[in-house]
Amino acid sequence: MPALFRNLFILLVVLFLAAPLVVILGVSLNEPKRLLFPPEGFSLQWYAELFRANDWLGALRNSVVIALGASAIAVSIALPLALYVWRKQNRLAKALFGLGVAPFMLPPVISALGFMIFWITVGFYGQIGATMVSHGVFLVTLPLVTISLGLEGIDRQLIEASRCMGANSRMVFRTLIFPLVRPYVMSGFAFAFVLSLNEYIIAYMVAGFTAETLPIKIFNSLRYGYTPVMASVAVFFVMTAVLIYGSIARFGDLPRLLGAERSAG
Amino acid sequence: MSGVADRLRDNGVAVYPTAMLLVFFLIPFLIMFAVSFFSRDEGAFFTPAFDLANYARFLSPFFFKVLVTSLGLSAAAAVISVGVAVPFTYFVTRMGAGAQSVILVFLLSVLSLSEVIIGFAWSTLLSQTAGIGNLLAALGILESSRSFTPSLGALLLGLCYLGFPYAVLVIYPALSRLDPELPEAARMLGASPIRSFFNIVVPMLRNTITGALILVFVFTLGAYLLPQVLGRPQHWTLSVHITDQAIFQSNLPFAAAMAIFLMLVSLAMVGLSSLLGQKRM
Amino acid sequence: MTQIRIENATKMYGDFAAVRDVSVDIPDGSFVCLLGPSGCGKTTLLRLVAGLEDLSEGALIVGGEDYGDIPAHKREFGMVFQSLALFPHLTVAENIAYPLKVRGAPAAERRARARELLDLVKLPGVEDRYIHQLSGGQRQRVAIARGLAIDPKVFLLDEPLSALDANLREHMQIELRQLQKDLGVTTIVVTHDQREAMSMADIVILMKEGEVQQVGTPMEIYRNPANPFVANFIGVSNLIAGRLVDDRTFDAEGTEIRLAPEDILHVAAPARATLSLRPEDVVVHADAERGQFRGKVVFLRDLGASVEILLRVGEMEITSVCAPQSRPDVSVGDDVGVEFLTGRATVLAL
Repeated sequence: MPALFRNLFILLVVLFLAAPLVVILGVSLNEPKRLLFPPEGFSLQWYAELFRANDWLGALRNSVVIALGASAIAVSIALPLALYVWRKQNRLAKALFGLGVAPFMLPPVISALGFMIFWITVGFYGQIGATMVSHGVFLVTLPLVTISLGLEGIDRQLIEASRCMGANSRMVFRTLIFPLVRPYVMSGFAFAFVLSLNEYIIAYMVAGFTAETLPIKIFNSLRYGYTPVMASVAVFFVMTAVLIYGSIARFGDLPRLLGAERSAG
Repeated sequence: MSGVADRLRDNGVAVYPTAMLLVFFLIPFLIMFAVSFFSRDEGAFFTPAFDLANYARFLSPFFFKVLVTSLGLSAAAAVISVGVAVPFTYFVTRMGAGAQSVILVFLLSVLSLSEVIIGFAWSTLLSQTAGIGNLLAALGILESSRSFTPSLGALLLGLCYLGFPYAVLVIYPALSRLDPELPEAARMLGASPIRSFFNIVVPMLRNTITGALILVFVFTLGAYLLPQVLGRPQHWTLSVHITDQAIFQSNLPFAAAMAIFLMLVSLAMVGLSSLLGQKRM
Repeated sequence: MTQIRIENATKMYGDFAAVRDVSVDIPDGSFVCLLGPSGCGKTTLLRLVAGLEDLSEGALIVGGEDYGDIPAHKREFGMVFQSLALFPHLTVAENIAYPLKVRGAPAAERRARARELLDLVKLPGVEDRYIHQLSGGQRQRVAIARGLAIDPKVFLLDEPLSALDANLREHMQIELRQLQKDLGVTTIVVTHDQREAMSMADIVILMKEGEVQQVGTPMEIYRNPANPFVANFIGVSNLIAGRLVDDRTFDAEGTEIRLAPEDILHVAAPARATLSLRPEDVVVHADAERGQFRGKVVFLRDLGASVEILLRVGEMEITSVCAPQSRPDVSVGDDVGVEFLTGRATVLAL
């Protein structure tokens, strides 16, 4: 394929993906409190506002707390599940794996409604903890997939070797398996964290009016009129994602994590 | 070799994750299923009953229109996203490791974006005061800037933006594992680059492409915010109506019935894809 | 007529030269082996000829025409890839006839040609199978048939036999060579196996680190290696470091070796140099008084078809190989007479 055509195509697609982000970056730097692009003047006040205004700060705090708790729950479910599936590979294990990836394969609005009705039934509707658990279960898929990928890469002869040297299964896990899959556990945690931070519908339906997260706050503001803080929050989100995925790429093998058999190049 | 204690631990490891998934995922689904037969109760969300009225409401022309809009929009978004994603991913997998990583990081970041942010960003990009209207006016293509949203086109664009990164990530593994000598062989045998792409790369990826189509279809079917931000009320999809019924009309049983219906449509699509997959050699 | 002329070909990847300033003439109908260790640039050179890589500098002339700007799919070359690159979603016949389909040949003609080619590679009757239903050797034949489907001007093969086991490989070497002779197509094969190159090629092009080390017939290269690397890569050689004192004397760290007029000198005396002598040109005598030198047997291996004796002669370690019939009656530790056959040595630059 002629290189020119190839690069032009990639450039166009990247432009399409980047255009809205560039615009909100520009909008977030506006000096007047109006929606203008190209921006008029240059000001970082809307970023300061995010960390100063109580309502935005509260939403930020909720989002981070939920994302941290949810990704911890997701990993705590995914790690033993991935281990079990990797060891057993029987029908039950496959069914459990299917259950673990199911939430992510369905339109999220379905899970959201399911969670909402569930929390109403058990009486925790509107609690921040309910959102956290819901996100944790919903996002199990991500650490489950990354950790399974990591486990697949472990040579089973290593385990036999360590068993022959006298390690019981707990020691095998502690000294061998866990250190080898740790990077995958961490990337699974990171994926879940970023997606929880951005998740809207579940957070909204489970506790939208009492535990407001940043996406909910943006949407509410969007309805009641425009404030440039929305743009600065959006930029903040993009930056967080780029930072986290960037460090996974920097310290790990991103192409392999995404399913390339060998690392590229 | 492994003792009883080891074996217990081997199986015991599955207890906690199983319990969590059963309690917090399967049971909510079962409750939702049950609620879809309940009747509405203005004061207390719902009252237990066995009522098919919620499902009967699907038989209205209004609901039929909503369904056609949802399916049509998602199908269009899936075809466009995957159509662009296949050549795009092919080019990306042929790039060096560094460039690949940069593009993947960028794609993952876009993929993670909240629908709220995507909606907000696109509505800004298509707005009158801060959007491409300004650019087109400056270039002299438009007489004066105008807004391009809300409209069907804007909504479709947003849905493609939502689905595209997923399409790339589904196709990426298969393409990066494709032996680069295969398209080269086609070229040596006289096929032009475009021809070798359509003759060799696309047919070999048939299952993956089907999978990507289904995933984007199901995923955009679940879009609930973009139709509200970028579309007009007549473009509201099933997902919007589910949220609307659940939160604003306080009709959880009807919302549940619609969710069950949406799930059945999604499952049917997934089932169909695995059926298609099995037919191949 | 497809003679190939490669002029000052260079391929840069950033600052790294995968191929550097290579110039070779390949006569019409010849069978050429590109030989060298992995990473020597032989595959890159083949891909340059194929048009799968662009030359950074230099020219490629095929049949008198400049091919530099002709894209791969318009060169009318045939190629067999290392992975074979057979299309898994097509049948054997569809694979072989793919180049004809691309050129718009009707179905009946494609089918007939596929059958004809399968007969040619001695694999009749598998037209409708898929690739995964074939054995390794059968796939090899299909790949060769596909590469020959359009009667290519040039036939290129990248390590085509490397996936086969030793027996089958030797068999395929002979068949490939016969096939090429029958068709008369100019052929370039990349290989890292010197035995393969020796047994098939009219011309061997030996490469190292992107540069050509020597071009010649297998026997020329074997008899008269251009440098110590070539001497050791083609077969084995005793490489003796020392100094060429004059045209008749080589001083190997204290041991003086007399040279004959038939010995080949690549350096002018006096100079430091390496003397190369094939193990079969070293004869061991049980009688320590015979031969030019006296040595000691360090190690001895009976390899069945040959006997290998490792000797210490002064400061030198020398290997001798002989047929079992002429095996001297010696064992490890014996003092023996050592004879360097006259007129068989090559004196090389360091």
